[in-house]
Amino acid sequence: MLSLVLKRLVAAIPVVLIVATVVFLLLRMAPGDPARVIAGDMASEETIAQIRTNLGLDRPLPVQYGIAMGSLVKGDLGTSIVSKQPVASLIAARIGPTAALALTSLLLTVLIAIPLGVLSAWWHRRTFDRLTMALTVLAFSVPAFVVGYVLILLFSVTLNWFPVQGYAPLTDGVGRFLYQLVLPSLTLATVFVALITRITRASMLDVLGEDFVRTARAKGAPERYVLFRHALRNAAAPIVTVVGVAITTLISGVVVTETIFNIPGVGSLIVDAVLARDYPVVQGTILFFSFIYVFVNLAIDLIYVLLDPRIRY
Amino acid sequence: MKKNLLLAAALCAALVLPALPTAAQAQTSVKVVMHAPLRVLDPIFTNAYVTRNHGYLVFDTLFSLDNEGKPQPQMVDSYKLSADKLTYTFKLRSGLKFHDGSPVTSEDVIASITRWAARDGLGTRLLATTEKMTAVDASTFTLQLKKPYGLVLDSLAKPGSPVPFIMPKRLASTSPNEAITEMVGSGPYKFVQGDFQPGVKATYLKFADYVPRKEPAANFSGGKVVTIDRLEVVNIADGQTAVNALRNGEIDFIENVAPDLLEQLVGVKNVKAEPKSRETNMYTLRMNWLQPPFENVKVRRAAMAALYQLDYLDASIGDPKRYRVCGAVLSCGSPYKTDDGAPQVHKPDLAKAKQMLKESGYKGEKVVVLHSTDVRSLVNIAPITAQALRSIGMNVDMQAMDFTTLLARRTKKDPVDKGGWSIFQSSLATVDLINPVANPNLDGRGEIGYAGWTKDDTMEALRDQFATETEPAKRADIAKAIQKRSYDEVMYVPLGEVIEYKAYTPKIGKLVDAQLPLFWSSK
Repeated sequence: MLSLVLKRLVAAIPVVLIVATVVFLLLRMAPGDPARVIAGDMASEETIAQIRTNLGLDRPLPVQYGIAMGSLVKGDLGTSIVSKQPVASLIAARIGPTAALALTSLLLTVLIAIPLGVLSAWWHRRTFDRLTMALTVLAFSVPAFVVGYVLILLFSVTLNWFPVQGYAPLTDGVGRFLYQLVLPSLTLATVFVALITRITRASMLDVLGEDFVRTARAKGAPERYVLFRHALRNAAAPIVTVVGVAITTLISGVVVTETIFNIPGVGSLIVDAVLARDYPVVQGTILFFSFIYVFVNLAIDLIYVLLDPRIRY
Repeated sequence: MKKNLLLAAALCAALVLPALPTAAQAQTSVKVVMHAPLRVLDPIFTNAYVTRNHGYLVFDTLFSLDNEGKPQPQMVDSYKLSADKLTYTFKLRSGLKFHDGSPVTSEDVIASITRWAARDGLGTRLLATTEKMTAVDASTFTLQLKKPYGLVLDSLAKPGSPVPFIMPKRLASTSPNEAITEMVGSGPYKFVQGDFQPGVKATYLKFADYVPRKEPAANFSGGKVVTIDRLEVVNIADGQTAVNALRNGEIDFIENVAPDLLEQLVGVKNVKAEPKSRETNMYTLRMNWLQPPFENVKVRRAAMAALYQLDYLDASIGDPKRYRVCGAVLSCGSPYKTDDGAPQVHKPDLAKAKQMLKESGYKGEKVVVLHSTDVRSLVNIAPITAQALRSIGMNVDMQAMDFTTLLARRTKKDPVDKGGWSIFQSSLATVDLINPVANPNLDGRGEIGYAGWTKDDTMEALRDQFATETEPAKRADIAKAIQKRSYDEVMYVPLGEVIEYKAYTPKIGKLVDAQLPLFWSSK
């Protein structure tokens, strides 16, 4: 197990370097000039040229690349050319809200979707199953921003049960933290509930037709035991895969939800940075995300091994 | 089982109930949403309007404009001009302090003016006519001119970006091309450095040692009496979310309410939406004078003859209460406002415009119209231009891009087939247009000037005359000549003024009616 972890971590190094290089080149190829954004609409060409020099943007591209990679190797993600703050501290300040939103959405997804999927498979082609499948189609079809606005209109503006926007860190109290996250998590979880419900149902249907399930039933095992002990455990591998993919998609999907609910997370940080052509922030944030993807994929592989001892890497 | 359920419910309630919003917030703590996120703090380093607004909270100015647009002393207690009109002597008000507790001195003022002048057109002209600035003592300084100059006080009271804010010498000594991140001013609010999250929020506390002037607040001038103890500027990128938050009592002020969202605030308890009577923006259109077809003044005139302000204003704003047709090149907030010579304020005679184009020698050259797609106020502007020009037979290529790309693109002086451009549109605060010397659209310096590179020596001479003229009546005559020259040469085309709406709760109090959002009392 340890050698697997080490091997995967070593393999991640070229991945991160390739990502860093591609992001560096893409940003430099994109039209737009951070010096012009910083200086403002009416700044003179002379002023903008001086700012470009101060920021080192007038240096040859290979020199800029060398500086960026040198800093990266030393673990320095650089400094924002707009706000002059270290990229690492900008990410650190924003990661809390994004992680909280992603994790609560994931928890909500798993808590709702897996029981729904299992029960839909158990009551296959009955009213519950048909209703669940219809709802998942609806949840797939409605964009997150529509779900968000409808929830705000209903639960915030009309009923005044939840806040419209904002984020409260855990230091403000667990209650307040969760209270602020209810609507954003529901919004973000909607599409993933639909996805994982369907995957769980399909996977369970496959397993429920297997001989060992029939044997368990023939031995008189209670249905609850058959479903959750035998069937779900064997159906878990594809579900874990989709949950893993969902984690990475959740992280990129938080941008819309963060905008609707005004959550100051990494999603809005990267959108702002792209619009301002704040190269170090975009680079640093994407690198940070690539680390997360590597980590999540490694975690999924390890869970596979735990779920199915036959799997070897 | 029932007992367990009750216990679980009680536990959940204990977790959640303390989190519910309470009404215990201090009366003078408010949350406001401005038009853009604050990322750069230095108001001299950037022209960004949101940084300018932040600057007005933290810093103070020597002079400031009153309701009539006349400069009035602000940090200055008294001043005198020598008989030969060459030496101004300024005396600072007593008791002026920076937020770090140090007194405001003449040295601070001179360093601040010098740094500002390096970044500002009006400041550059002022410094070019200045022989020297001297600190006579801690609170007295002189400004000695090379020749009489009519815009000294107007320059020091300049309300638009960059504003000549006064900061401590240790900060003002920083190169104007490097951004200052430590915010220490002598304005009515103290910046809470540790609370600042770029693009998310900025917090300001009432500066207890600030001594307001005795005169009532009027526009930028008069006493800055602060009734808000804690001002939190939060960024809400989505306009709908901001409106919902205001309705729900989560924020207290929105600087700009989008036209299509205004109706949602009608009749909402404790929320008032009202026009910003003095604070307006103007849509503007600039042509590229370096490249065909607009290097030809006849083509420029033909194109202008096809434009109609109401088309732009209806498409972008819709509600006539929220816009103003205005042909004044110095904006309708200027004391010299006039529609003279402005064809675009009337319905265009397209047949005549076509005839003008035919006679201009236009050979069907491609006209590239830059279309900004991510700035809400500009989204519907370029398509109106494109359609108007097509209607008189011009070969228009409207190119969509984000505003950052547009800013970079419009610096290209190349022909349109090599990445150049022909037309771009902006939305500028009218405080940046009212002074012909500071108005970037009247820049006649050609390739070293504002994008569009309008080259006109006559206009430059008129601007110089305006700057040096000290008689108000003669200045008005020069302003008229500037308006005429601008339209004759089509320096730029004003496309109408937008009257923006702000919305707020009673907690914000009665703010001064100014040309920019200022968070001090009208009393």
